[in-house]
Amino acid sequence: MATRVLMPALSPEMKFGKLTRWLKRAGEYVEAGDVVAEIETEKATMEVEAAASGVIERILVPEGAEKVAVNTPIALIAAMEKPAAPPEQAAEAQEDLPPLSLSVRDALREALAEEMRRDPLVFILGEEVGESQGAARVTQGLAQEFGPKRVVDAPITEHAFAGLGVGAAYAGLKPVIEFMSFNFALQAMDHIVNSAAKTLYMSGGALNVGIVFRGPNGARARVGAQHAQDFSALFAHIPGLKVVAPFSAADAKGLLKSAIRDPNPVIFLEHEKLYGQLFPAPRGKDHLVPIGAANIARAGRDVSIVAFSHGVGLALKAAERLAEEEIEAEVIDLRTLRPLDMATILGSVAKTGRCVAVDEGWPQGGIASEISARLMEEAFDDLDAPVARVTGQDIPMPYAANLEKLALPSEADIVIAVKKTLYLKT
Amino acid sequence: MAASPYEPQDGESRLAAFLGDGGDVAVYRAMLLIRRFEEKAGQLFGMGLIGGFCHLAIGQEAIVVGMRLAARETDQFIASYRHHGHLLASGADPRAVLAEMMGRRGGISGGKGGSMHMFAPELDYFGGHGIVGAQASLGTGLAFANAYRGDGRVCVCFFGDGAADQGQVAESLNLAARWRLPIVYVIENNRSVPGQEGELARRGAAFDIPGEALDGMDVDAVRAAGTAAIARARAGEGPAILEMGAERYRGHSLADPAKYRRKDEPRAAAAPDPIERQRVRILDAGQADEALLKQVDAEVRAIVADAAEHAAQSPEPVAAELFSQVLM
Repeated sequence: MATRVLMPALSPEMKFGKLTRWLKRAGEYVEAGDVVAEIETEKATMEVEAAASGVIERILVPEGAEKVAVNTPIALIAAMEKPAAPPEQAAEAQEDLPPLSLSVRDALREALAEEMRRDPLVFILGEEVGESQGAARVTQGLAQEFGPKRVVDAPITEHAFAGLGVGAAYAGLKPVIEFMSFNFALQAMDHIVNSAAKTLYMSGGALNVGIVFRGPNGARARVGAQHAQDFSALFAHIPGLKVVAPFSAADAKGLLKSAIRDPNPVIFLEHEKLYGQLFPAPRGKDHLVPIGAANIARAGRDVSIVAFSHGVGLALKAAERLAEEEIEAEVIDLRTLRPLDMATILGSVAKTGRCVAVDEGWPQGGIASEISARLMEEAFDDLDAPVARVTGQDIPMPYAANLEKLALPSEADIVIAVKKTLYLKT
Repeated sequence: MAASPYEPQDGESRLAAFLGDGGDVAVYRAMLLIRRFEEKAGQLFGMGLIGGFCHLAIGQEAIVVGMRLAARETDQFIASYRHHGHLLASGADPRAVLAEMMGRRGGISGGKGGSMHMFAPELDYFGGHGIVGAQASLGTGLAFANAYRGDGRVCVCFFGDGAADQGQVAESLNLAARWRLPIVYVIENNRSVPGQEGELARRGAAFDIPGEALDGMDVDAVRAAGTAAIARARAGEGPAILEMGAERYRGHSLADPAKYRRKDEPRAAAAPDPIERQRVRILDAGQADEALLKQVDAEVRAIVADAAEHAAQSPEPVAAELFSQVLM
């Protein structure tokens, strides 16, 4: 008789969730309590455990499915004895097949694991990164592979452990400091700005600081003003830092690997809303993406939409909608915020003559403002319309769901801004 | 450029050139070099040749020299902005240190750091930090690296009694104790905050970090306490705090008239000068006579005069250096 695995609820209010990923496949043997899948809502992620031991007979809801109702059967487990281990050859052959899709979370984990295997001086330090497998589960499994010496659980003490990381970098180690969220990095701002970013310059080149500060940045849902904010511009303001904010899984992986190998301090801004998102997996054994190079995520001739991180997804959706109205938008994924790849932006604007800059952060002194100013200075004659900015509203993040939605840039906002640069009615 | 009188001889390390044979006369010479250097820095500041801040540590010479004697050459030192002596005691070239303080091309940071921001990683000296207390976390990171590599090094982390109140100092003590990191925190209690004598040594009590308060103007006492604490840290038994009482003869920086120090505050009687004390010790033991000590003073003055002369002759950095070394 088959046991049904049901879509679980994270809270009494939860009605639907997303099935992010299957960790087991049909035909695989599982013990009761094994994690078979991952689900998420806007608020959190959760692991789904097998309700009984046996072989997964059938997967009923595919990976990536959105709006899966609570208590929907998602898989059937047939009661069966554990089969004998398959011959080794078969196991190897299976490993050679790259997965077709990869979540940003797994991409980051792969990048960390690969770099830690490659260089014994790389270590990860942060809150709950080890035994608890990471608050956002980016470091899942790393403590098991690399042990507590290299996956270091730190007490809640951002100021000191950021400084400790910089000191370890002085001594030649390659620290990856995880902030549970960049909201807490403000406690560590002194060491990021005054110790990490400036030492190379102040020492006349004698002492470099090769360190990565990483973690989720930007808005997550329903957590209020202190836990939902985008600090991209704050870090991008500081000379001596490199600042990276990827969108896709392949870029997240390739850029994190590059960041860890970089001899400079790198701020690596992840996005809570992207962790569970699936993207085509990168091919190749050592996938590296250079820091400082933007990517044209979608080609177009009519308008350039410049975005980064979660905003790229909004820009791509807006571009699809605009295409229905025969407006071909070019979407530039900045990928790196410092140094800014102005050459790619200028090249695109030379072609389109119009630019919409998308920035989840606050409008004053933001990334979008910087792009707007630089275009005014460097491409004034190419512009056929003023640069338009689509940014977060100039307010602390409200908690109420409706207000929160109004505070953040949306696909519709981008469409309206694009039409404004084209002098079209909206 | 003529060779500096300080130039190490025949394969001798810079540190060995500074410390000599480590005997009483050599220790006297090392402390005197720091004293004369600081006095010269004070003069140059007064003449407008050193800009901004200039934090002198006249009166605190025995602390860094004693710790240098206690440490191995490969043990790391890290300190605050009051660190000219720490640099010299790590073996840095006085010419380069003074040139940096004057913002010259020949400075140890090429003129871009200034007096508070000087580093000599090749001498295991990691600065020079302008933010009060920053070196506590940074030094704990150096110790973390030592433990990570298991290379037997110990970090000696210096900060003042003012910095001891910083939150990150308490956070760092927690981390160092939790991971038993090889570090010795030296609190140079120059009494900028009155009435804390002996209390700072107990700041690690909540983390079971042993502490000892001692006379930081007695170089032998510093050396003995430092040797024990460093050996303990090297053996994997974790951090220690050494509170070293000292008299700082000048204000916080030369821009500070030190009005908060009472005129009737006891000085020489309660805390005899570390260099004078060493001088008397040498003479009493008959290790050297006045004539020899005068010769040492003349040598030291010559080194400092040479450093000042070379620093003054060093040109300012070229304008192109403005944009170099922001990133590697």
